[in-house]
Amino acid sequence: MTITVNGAAVSLPNDPRVSLLDLLREDLHLPGTKKGCNQGACGACTVLVDGERILSCLALAVQFEGRSVTTIEGLGMPGALHPLQAAFVEHDGFQCGYCTPGQICSAIGMAEEIRRGVPSHVTSDLSSETIALSRDELRERMSGNLCRCGAHNGIIDAIAETFAPKTALAEAAE
Amino acid sequence: MTPFRYSRATDVADAIRQSGDCNTRYLGGGTNLVDLMRETVERPEALVDVSGLSRDIEELPDGGLLIGAGVRNTALAEHRSVRTRYPALSRAILAGASAQIRNMATVGGNLLQRTRCAYFYDDDGSRCNKRLPGQGCDALEGFNRNHAILGASPSCVAVHPSDMAVALAALDGVVHLHGARGERSFPVADLHRLPGDRPDVDTLLEPGELITAIELPPLPFAARSTYRKVRDRSSYAFALVSVAALLDVEDGRIRDVRIALGGVAHKPWRAFKAEEVLRGGPPRAAAFTAAADAELADAKPLAGNGFKIELARRTIAAVLGELAGETA
Amino acid sequence: MSILKDAKDLLQGAVQGAMGKAVAIAPDSWMPGGEPDPLIAMRHGHVGRPHSRIDGPLKVSGSAPFAAEFPMEGMAYASLVFSPIAKGRILEIDTTSAEAAPGVLAVMTYVNAPRISPPPVFLSGAKAAGGDDLPVMQEDVVRWNGEPVAVVLAETQEQADHARSLVHIVYEARRALIDFAEAKAAGSRTAVFMGEPLHLEIGDADKALADAPVRIDSSYSTPRHNHNAIELHAVTAAWEGDTLRIHDASQLVAHTAWSIAQMFGIDEKQVVITSPFVGGGFGGKCLWQHQVLASMAAKLAGRPVRLVLSREGVYRIVGGRSPTEQRVALGADREGRLKALVHSGTTAKTASNMMAEPFIVATKSAYASETFKLDVRAVELDMLANTFMRAPGEAVGTFALESAMDELAEALGIDPIELRMRNEPEKDPTSGLPFSSRNVTEAWRAGAQRFGWDRRDLVPRMVRDGEWLVGMGCATGTYPYYRMPGGAARITITSGGHATVDIAAHEMGMGTATAQTQVAADRLGLAMDEVTFRYGDSTLPGVVLAGGSQQTASIGAAVSAAHGALVKELLKIAGNDSPLAGLKPDEVASRDGGLCKRDEPERHETYVSILGRARQASVSVEAEAPMPLETQHWSMHSHAAMFCEVRVNTVTGEPRVSRFLGSFDCGRILNPKTATSQFRGGIIMGLGLALMEETQFDERKGRVMNPSLSEYHVPVHMDVPEIDVIWTDIPDPHTPMGARGIGEIGITGTAAAVANAIYNATGRRVRDLPITLDKLL
Repeated sequence: MTITVNGAAVSLPNDPRVSLLDLLREDLHLPGTKKGCNQGACGACTVLVDGERILSCLALAVQFEGRSVTTIEGLGMPGALHPLQAAFVEHDGFQCGYCTPGQICSAIGMAEEIRRGVPSHVTSDLSSETIALSRDELRERMSGNLCRCGAHNGIIDAIAETFAPKTALAEAAE
Repeated sequence: MTPFRYSRATDVADAIRQSGDCNTRYLGGGTNLVDLMRETVERPEALVDVSGLSRDIEELPDGGLLIGAGVRNTALAEHRSVRTRYPALSRAILAGASAQIRNMATVGGNLLQRTRCAYFYDDDGSRCNKRLPGQGCDALEGFNRNHAILGASPSCVAVHPSDMAVALAALDGVVHLHGARGERSFPVADLHRLPGDRPDVDTLLEPGELITAIELPPLPFAARSTYRKVRDRSSYAFALVSVAALLDVEDGRIRDVRIALGGVAHKPWRAFKAEEVLRGGPPRAAAFTAAADAELADAKPLAGNGFKIELARRTIAAVLGELAGETA
Repeated sequence: MSILKDAKDLLQGAVQGAMGKAVAIAPDSWMPGGEPDPLIAMRHGHVGRPHSRIDGPLKVSGSAPFAAEFPMEGMAYASLVFSPIAKGRILEIDTTSAEAAPGVLAVMTYVNAPRISPPPVFLSGAKAAGGDDLPVMQEDVVRWNGEPVAVVLAETQEQADHARSLVHIVYEARRALIDFAEAKAAGSRTAVFMGEPLHLEIGDADKALADAPVRIDSSYSTPRHNHNAIELHAVTAAWEGDTLRIHDASQLVAHTAWSIAQMFGIDEKQVVITSPFVGGGFGGKCLWQHQVLASMAAKLAGRPVRLVLSREGVYRIVGGRSPTEQRVALGADREGRLKALVHSGTTAKTASNMMAEPFIVATKSAYASETFKLDVRAVELDMLANTFMRAPGEAVGTFALESAMDELAEALGIDPIELRMRNEPEKDPTSGLPFSSRNVTEAWRAGAQRFGWDRRDLVPRMVRDGEWLVGMGCATGTYPYYRMPGGAARITITSGGHATVDIAAHEMGMGTATAQTQVAADRLGLAMDEVTFRYGDSTLPGVVLAGGSQQTASIGAAVSAAHGALVKELLKIAGNDSPLAGLKPDEVASRDGGLCKRDEPERHETYVSILGRARQASVSVEAEAPMPLETQHWSMHSHAAMFCEVRVNTVTGEPRVSRFLGSFDCGRILNPKTATSQFRGGIIMGLGLALMEETQFDERKGRVMNPSLSEYHVPVHMDVPEIDVIWTDIPDPHTPMGARGIGEIGITGTAAAVANAIYNATGRRVRDLPITLDKLL
């Protein structure tokens, strides 16, 4: 029974109570994924499973056998940051930095959802194939990630700068 | 979290076989069950993981859709046929929870969410008849702003938290079940119970019975359907009141209509009385308000939630008005 | 009088009599800040530049270590059991099943817990940090609903959490006083804040009010709040011999080390608190029971212990903001000049803490009224001790005062900004002290122009956009300049020319390391990468609280003092062969990697050269900041003009903020990038305060019923519009670097600006927070 974390196969825990979050933080010593509520209410524990964003605190690790998990540590490290991580620094998209890994993983999952054309609560035309990358769309789609320091504007700025050009290009191509 | 055995079901039959013990629970995305287990509100001895089963959405020959219970909420909301033919369902799902949770949560699990009543959650410090029948209800005289105005009982005033279920109730969705005694199905609107004196029992499911699919009947006028959710935050909050509605207007008369309410009762509340008032009448504001009034005539407020009656009344009228405007 | 005693007296506000007057009338030049900080004149240094955070790459990659992320060999995991009654006794504790559960190492209760003293409660001494002064798991007595009554230690968190549910306790409940109304009826007392009674009368305000041609008299209420930093309170604690090492999430490491040492009866040097990163504080990351319980459990089990509070646990054992009921009565002449300003009311505290929510503090310096009557009464409830939460007093006090000013403006038919301008005081209206720097008029002017205030309709309910009513409102925000005693810093310069600044300060999102590196680099004449700023460790110099928006000033004054000592020491080392020979310390400044004569910069020698000639590997000096007498010599406050545009749905009542502008006057801004975030962060917490935040306290049993981030609403991304911030950038000549604090002012005035905008949109005045949709239907 293994699970892939940031490219490496690791064993699943024997205790089925262990959440994916605690597996990462306590067993694998990957504390970049944060615990903010342990009840699915804050988004700090967001990771990517096969590219899709989920909450690792509500995920029992055993459910994810054979799946591929990417955490913040797998995205980039100081000296070799992911463009979105660098944009967060540039736009001051954080203060204390605790919700930040979750915000970044969530935004990367979100970008893929937008590329796929998944609508949101604020999408006015559900039948449309493409999603306009408005600030409202970004704000609604990121609402599952709480930030108490109030870095919301910087977070949306960083995301918009990182992903908007690509989406604009995609729209232009259609 | 109480220790439990974990196993994965290979198919529906396997799941039902494994669930022999009545203290076994099926595990979908876990977004509600894992939380409740951590709070020791739920203490199953075994979990049978059914999240890998029934993950297809099938177009039925009659024009309906058959949605596997394991379909993730996001997958259902983004499905093209749902978006174009049953937009209320897409909208309801997208109004619920967060993107991360919608990516995890299954359709079956969403229907079986348990109430968010604070006293139900507070295993260590509050009385709750839903948690422990006969214990008493601390919500009756406590914080009950979010609680039921329709169909409540002296033993429970909790509301069902699902958005998706409200849309399914309005869309005449049918739930398919498999159990030790075979298969059966009935309308989503009938799946959940009113609390009565057994608020611990949320649904008509029998022990070990598994939701395998939801069927959406062909309902051409559902293409003109919507869902409106009223909540304290702009996003990521449970409904104070929500309304799913479909309206079929022809020649200035309402030919058919479906309305369901969320956030007002122990179940998704199909507004049959309001529908009755509207059918055959003119699609006018006065009629919409009258219909809402008819539905809410029996509403009983608690100390903290009286506003929901007026809120539901206005929201029903506004949603119908919007649909009528669209149809006009 | 020892420095410690001085510090204590000052902190408690005891220096009010003769000495206070002496400080007030003493010459400016005798005061700290009497001579402007030389950095104010330096306009082309690192200060003032929008540097990105130097710890940014660590934070965005998840590599910044927080309290729960320090692994220790043989570490055990803890889980807490909380009392479900508000007051009473434990009759029986059965830990047998819990102890027998797999992986369990120990169950600690009052029966077997190590014997320790109660915590020194915050404000009772210079380094006291406790949220209350109640014994920690020492007796069979229960004092609040949620008090920890058992700690389970196990090999894994899952095992500890499960065994927690197996601890069986029988209580004898006693009648508790938890109902605010009942407590008020039983009697309240004049509240005290930092040693001063919260009561002030100037003239006969009641008579002036009665005689005033125009008056308003309104009641306002604000509920309980919780800080809700996203990082859960967590601690990893270990005894290494006689030394207790705690990885904490703390906004007061030195206070915590001293206080825990008092409790365990050991020397404060035997307690080492580190806290390099704090995942949000807002007043909540101080000393509560979890640090103590983890230390006790570590002692009991002989193993390091990690204790991460559950989110529920944070609500059960970390205090929050207390509720208030306020009255504001304003009497004015027909031109709007205030004749009477009455601001009074009641708040709740406990018998075990020294913190009454001081909601009149901002009112003392706000407007030039002829008479004042300010009064805060407090009742003491059987509940978890309340505490400081972002702008304690000002956040909720300005809601009442600034809503009332809007009501008065309407009663007078005067623009609300104009009304404020007409009541702008020349000097502090209640203390009579001169203002150190007050440019609120400039902030209003710039803000009004940028926001488009002239487009606002004076008459409510005039602007409609589809289903939505649109309105604009404004309010003044204000927060005092504080600098607490105890600041000290060490500067070390190596022969390679690299400087290290050491101070027991904190980073919880304010950008401390970044801004202070900028300041230190300018002060030392070095490049940013030639300075290392070390903090977050109780073994470093200084007793610095990250609170009261005073950390920047506290560090600034300490580093400035240390710089003075460094210059002295370097001149000594430089000797007679240096171009600096013969100069006195006050003739010398730091520049270009060394020292120079202040008015003759070419007379210069680098640190490398000085240390090289002396064959010294490094030079290290430590100094204490002067006592903060400046705050008794000048009236020192930051100000803000807050502008809000709100949309209220006519069908559902949903209020949504669509635009917000904060125009600030906070002295010099050290780093525009991080300052912008601080301002916005305060405003966003203010939007939560205005529209959704409430800790639901069940007054039947004293229990918080929404101890979760799904039921306690904080603003989500969708609730937060783009928030514009501007500032005057006028340096305060009497503060270090010309700066005043910026961490808390954003939450002040904001709730009133929202409420006033809602009134403008709908014609409905809501005086009870939060303004939820049911109040607008």
